[in-house]
Amino acid sequence: MAQADAGALDQNASVEPTGRLRTADGRPLKSALRRAQRRRKITAFLLVTPLLVFILGFFVFPIAQMMWRSVDNPQVVRALPNTLEALQTWDGQDVPGEAVFAALHADFVADAERPRRDQAMGPLAVRLNYELSAARGAISRTSRQAVNFEAPYREAFLDSHRLWGQPELWRIIKREGRPLTSAYYVAALDREFDADGSIVRRDENRRIYVQLFIRTILMSVAITFLTFVLGFPIAYYLSILPMRYSSLLMICVLLPFWTSLLVRTSAWIVLLQQQGVINSSLVGLGLMDDANRVQMIYNMTGTIVAMTHILLPFMVLPLYSVMRTIPPSYMRAAKSMGATPSTAFRRVYFPQTLPGIGAGGVLVFIISIGYYITPALVGGQSGRMISNEIARHMQQSLNWGLAAALGTMLLVGVLVLYWLYNRLVGADSLKLG
Amino acid sequence: MSDSGTDGFVVFDRVQKSYDGETLVVKDLNLSIAKGEFLTMLGPSGSGKTTCLMMLAGFETATHGEILLDRKPINNIPPHKRGIGMVFQNYALFPHMTVGENLSFPLEVRGMGKSVREQKIKRALDMVQMGAFANRRPAQLSGGQQQRIALARALVFEPEVVLMDEPLGALDKQLREHMQFEITHLAHSLGITTVYVTHDQTEALTMSDNVAVFDDGRIQQLAPPDVLYEEPQNSFVAQFIGENNTLDGVVKEIKGDTALVELDTGEVIDARPVNVTRAGERTRVSIRPERVESNKDRLHEDAHTVKAEVMEFIYMGDVFRTRLKVAGNENFIMKSRNAPDQVRHKPGSVIEIGWMPKDCRALDMPA
Repeated sequence: MAQADAGALDQNASVEPTGRLRTADGRPLKSALRRAQRRRKITAFLLVTPLLVFILGFFVFPIAQMMWRSVDNPQVVRALPNTLEALQTWDGQDVPGEAVFAALHADFVADAERPRRDQAMGPLAVRLNYELSAARGAISRTSRQAVNFEAPYREAFLDSHRLWGQPELWRIIKREGRPLTSAYYVAALDREFDADGSIVRRDENRRIYVQLFIRTILMSVAITFLTFVLGFPIAYYLSILPMRYSSLLMICVLLPFWTSLLVRTSAWIVLLQQQGVINSSLVGLGLMDDANRVQMIYNMTGTIVAMTHILLPFMVLPLYSVMRTIPPSYMRAAKSMGATPSTAFRRVYFPQTLPGIGAGGVLVFIISIGYYITPALVGGQSGRMISNEIARHMQQSLNWGLAAALGTMLLVGVLVLYWLYNRLVGADSLKLG
Repeated sequence: MSDSGTDGFVVFDRVQKSYDGETLVVKDLNLSIAKGEFLTMLGPSGSGKTTCLMMLAGFETATHGEILLDRKPINNIPPHKRGIGMVFQNYALFPHMTVGENLSFPLEVRGMGKSVREQKIKRALDMVQMGAFANRRPAQLSGGQQQRIALARALVFEPEVVLMDEPLGALDKQLREHMQFEITHLAHSLGITTVYVTHDQTEALTMSDNVAVFDDGRIQQLAPPDVLYEEPQNSFVAQFIGENNTLDGVVKEIKGDTALVELDTGEVIDARPVNVTRAGERTRVSIRPERVESNKDRLHEDAHTVKAEVMEFIYMGDVFRTRLKVAGNENFIMKSRNAPDQVRHKPGSVIEIGWMPKDCRALDMPA
C-alpha cells in the first residue's frame, strides 16, 4: 500500500515511515503548505479589516449597547442603597415602618451632598415614573424638602407626598432595586406586575404593543404579497426580453430607488389625499359622490400602497436574476412532452423561480417589518408600525429602556424568521443578484 | 424518401420562414420523411436547419407553406398536442426533479396511472442502461448520463417522431462517437422516425439514412450518406462534406458523361459533368484527397495523370497527408494509406499523380 502510494508520488516528495509526506528538502509537507498559504490568509484578512472594524464599531457595538439598555436598571440601586437594605425585611403588604423611612431620609441626604451632576434622584424619578405615573412628582417634591426632615421620618415623608403612603410605590422600589430588570419587556408585551409580583395582562385600553406587532407583521405580509403579485409578471417579462429592452425597462423598475423618499411620499400625498388627484378625478367623472371621498392616505391603505411601491425593486431584482438563468428550453421541453402551457409553467417554470421568490420575499418582509419613514409620513394612526412606536419612545417619551426592549424583540423576531426560512428552504438557495 | 409530395410521414410542403419580414431564413423547403427514417439536417449555423426543426416541433410557425404529420396539417396545432418527442442541445432536464420524476412528467400530463408510469419509466431507463439512476438529480449525473436521460425522456411516452437538436454537442469526442452508435441503434430498433440536427458532418454520415444538407435556407442536397459523399451535387456540398480538392477552370466541351475542362493554368483534364451544361461555362472541379494516387502500381490505366510538386508531407499514423501544388493550387491534398509499399514524398520533389475521371466532378462555380 505504502509502496504503491510512493510510486505514484511526485519524485520530489518522499514518505516518512509514519506515512507523512515531506518536501524535497525534508520539511513536513503540511507545514510547508501552511507557510505557503499564510501570505494569502494575511492578504485576505487585510482586505476585510477596514469593513470589519467599521461594522464592529458602528453596527455590532451599538446594537449590543441597545440590547443591554433593555435590561439595564441602575437607577434605584444607585439612589436608594440604604432604603433597599432596610426594605429586605419588609412584608410587602403595608406601608413600611420607621426604619425604612429613616434609611430613605439618609439616602436623600447623601444624594443632596453629591455634586449636582452626580445626583441620582433625577434619574430615579424618571425611572419610577415609567412604573407609576405620579412618582416623578413625589420624588422631586420630597427631594427639595427631605434634607430638613426630622424624626419621626415616616410622618414627615407622608406629609410631603401622599404617594409615600402607598404600598404600591414601595413594591416597585423593592422590585426594581436590582441592577437588571425585566420590566421593559413586561411592558413591551402589554403586561404588568400585580400586587403579588406576578405578571398579568394590562387593562384592555392600555394594551398597545402586542397588537402593534401583529399589525406590523400582517402589513408586512400584505406588502410582501403585493410586491410578489406585481413583481412576478414584470420580472418574467424582463427576463424574456432581449437585453437592450430589458435594461431600459429595468430603469423604470429601479426608478423608486433614484427618487428621494420625501419627493415620492409627497407625490403619494398629492395623489391619495381626500382632495387629491385620484379622489377629484373620480368625483369629476361622476363615479363618486363628493360627500363620499375615500380616505386613502394617513391610514393603513396609504402605508401599504406607498411601501409596496418603494419595496417593489427588492422583489423584482432577485426574481429577475433567477428567471434570467432559466433557459427557455425547459418550457419547450415540457410542452414537447405534452404539457399545456399552464401545466408547464406551474410544474416546470414556477418551481425553478422559488429561490428568487424566497430571496425577494425575505428581503421585502424584513425591510418592511422595520420600516419607519413611510408609515410615519403617510401612516396616520391606523398605518403606524412598531418602528414608529420605538421612535416615539426614543425621541418623545425618552423611555429608552422600553424602546430598546421593543427593538430587541423586533430584531429577535427577524432573526427567528430568517432561521425558520433557512430551516425550511435553505439560505444557500437565496439568490440576491 | 422522395423529393416532395404528400406520401411521407413527415412532410414539409413549400415552407418558408421569415423572422423580420425582410429576409427569408427558410426558402421554399420541400422535404418528405418516411416512417421509421433517420434523417439528419446538416448545415452551417444560420443555414435554417434549427428553424426547420423548431417549426416541426411547433415552437416556430411557418410564414408560408404546410407541414404535414401523418398526412394531417399541423401548422395550427400547438406543440403540446403534436406528440413529438424532443431532445435539446443542453438536455433541458428539469433540475428540481429527480430522473424518475423527469421521465414521469410526460406520462403524468397524459393522465397515466402510477403503475403504468412506473413500468414505462423502468423500461425507458433500462433501454438507455440507466436503470439504477431513477432517484438521482440531473446535477448529480455526468454529461453522457444526462444525455441518456434526455433521450429516455423523449422516448418514454412512445412518440412516433423524435427531434434531436445537436444533442451530442456538449460531449467529448469519445463519448460522442459512442452515443452516435447508441442513438442510431435505438432509433432503428424502435422504428421511430427521427429528425436530427447537427453541424457535424461525421455525425451526419455515420448516423443517418438520409442527410439533408442545408445552406442559405435551402436544401442543397438530400441523399444517403454514401451518395452525398461520393456524388455531391454542387460545390457547397462537396466543400462542406469531407475534405475536397478544387481546381478552377472553363468547360471546353461536353461529350456524354465526360467534360473537357481547361484549367486556369492551361492544362486540360477530363471530368464528370455534374451541374455544368454547356461549353464556355466556368466550373470548379472537385476531387477527394483519398482518390488521388501517386503509386504507379495502383493507378488504373484509364487514370488521368498530372505533374505535382510536393509542398509538405504530414505523417498522421494511419494515413499520410501530402500537400501538393497542382495546376497552381498549393493546397491540393493527397491522402494515402500507411501501407508497407507507400512512398513518403520529400518536399520539393516533383511527382506524377493521377485520378480516375469519374472521381473528378465538374461542379458549379460558387458566386
